[in-house]
Amino acid sequence: MFNRTYIINTIGLLFFLLLPPVTQMLGQEYLLSLFSRILIYGLAAASLDLILGYGGMVSLGHAVFMGVGGYSVGIFAFHSYESFPVFTWPFVLNGTETALLAWPFAVLVAAVFGLITGAICLRTKGMHFIMITLAFAQMAYYFFVSLSKYGGSDGLSLYNRSTVPGLDLGSDVSFYYLCLAILIIFLVVAKRLVRSHFGRVISACCENEQRVQVLGFESYRYKLACYTFSAAAAGLAGVLLVNQSEFISPGLMHWTKSGELMVMVLLGGMGTLVGPVLGAATLLLMEDILAMYTEHWMIILGPFLIIVVLFAKRGLYGLLVGTENGHE
Amino acid sequence: MSDVLLQAEGLCKHFGELQVCRNLNLEIESGELHALIGPNGAGKTTVLNLLTGLLAPDSGALFLNGRNITKTSVPERANLGLARAFQVTSLFNKFTVRENLMLAVQAQQKSGFRFWTNAAHDKKLVESADEFVEQMGLTERATVLAGSLSHGERRQLEMGMALATKPDMLLLDEPMAGLGPGGSLKLCELIEGLKGGVTILLVEHDTHAVFALADRISVLVQGEVVATDTPQLIKANSLVQEAYLGGV
Repeated sequence: MFNRTYIINTIGLLFFLLLPPVTQMLGQEYLLSLFSRILIYGLAAASLDLILGYGGMVSLGHAVFMGVGGYSVGIFAFHSYESFPVFTWPFVLNGTETALLAWPFAVLVAAVFGLITGAICLRTKGMHFIMITLAFAQMAYYFFVSLSKYGGSDGLSLYNRSTVPGLDLGSDVSFYYLCLAILIIFLVVAKRLVRSHFGRVISACCENEQRVQVLGFESYRYKLACYTFSAAAAGLAGVLLVNQSEFISPGLMHWTKSGELMVMVLLGGMGTLVGPVLGAATLLLMEDILAMYTEHWMIILGPFLIIVVLFAKRGLYGLLVGTENGHE
Repeated sequence: MSDVLLQAEGLCKHFGELQVCRNLNLEIESGELHALIGPNGAGKTTVLNLLTGLLAPDSGALFLNGRNITKTSVPERANLGLARAFQVTSLFNKFTVRENLMLAVQAQQKSGFRFWTNAAHDKKLVESADEFVEQMGLTERATVLAGSLSHGERRQLEMGMALATKPDMLLLDEPMAGLGPGGSLKLCELIEGLKGGVTILLVEHDTHAVFALADRISVLVQGEVVATDTPQLIKANSLVQEAYLGGV
């Protein structure tokens, strides 16, 4: 079983596992926060890949789920400092900084938001689907811009990261490892999902949905379940991102962010799950490095992206692992 | 066995000004092989689309096993036992032959909402699919991607997909189209072998095959069934001669 995919994945895993001690040795600890962000965006991009790469659902509003998840945590924390309840009707809901409460709740909010918007979006196809996901994302964006209680367009700052008993999330190293653990768990679960009976139906929908229906599958339900799961995972990425930067603003759910996620998926390799993580790393690192030399780093990134999309059908990850006829 | 399995009552459908289906009546008896023939543009594929639910009729009613399915969704009709093989084969090209059939078996077993088990390692699923791989004579091609099959093999797989859902009523849309004489014969034998086991509506252009295979034949002309009878009587029917067979 020592094929190229296996070797590449192991190298990637070892790299991420060994990064914190290495950065400490080199005295470059600031790199940890960059790589935490890479892991978080990797999670968001991989969750987008689930619907984009496997389900053929081209969403241009995926960042909204990150925003919804992030804001849930942010708002809970805000109410915890101000010590007044989030709402008092129909029951009293107090703010909290405890991750064990706030995080699952935030993921749940993102999932429910995904379920509701997905239920509407998935009644359309193709171009209409792209536009309607974009519309929902922009609606949420302007909603939070106008929410002056929580900072409006300036956003909301956290005083500190969420708290977990027995773990100091304030430490960049523990936070980094938590992000890594969550990403790995997600990738394992998602990999199982796409190989399962459910995953087969989803891939089939991507190729010929009408045929799937004629076989007797209610394709809508399958796609909605997939969309909701993907939204929940993106919500979790939002939760982590807010904790990483201790800040959230509506900018996180602007459609350009969704575009960035899509670029990560395309760059890394659609329908590979691990690829989008590589795509996130490439994009964020290039941004970081190129920005040192020029503020017009997009001029270099743009052509690079075009070349990758033109010449590497399965993205950078596809180049690394080779094209095993795209099949397992 | 003269129970009516599938019944269409006064189906009408028009696209803009074009009346593609006018007051169509069709009764398919349980267990028979019923053929639907007609000249090009008679609306044969439209009829199949109406029966499978891909199109909604303007008026009229449809019954499957006595149950009104006029408003029933496409997947639900499939679950009630209606299966279709397409004229333009619509297989999942990125799936192998076996995986295509596995998907159809999954539809029949209703095991789509299983999130954890690796489908490729599901013994029961693989074995059930392999039965159909064998029945369709595709054993040697089981691991080939559907996209790289020959035209004839695609036809066989297309039919296997429909069969793997274990239907009561099988709709075949021009299965012989584009096949050479050899391929046609092979498929004829396949259909012959299915006779009696499953009720079949065969829409076909190849009249030789139809007269050899069918128990009863309906003739469709301009969206209307002009005659339904046994092959011998259809051959003798002057109206049919004029509308269709005479034209050759």
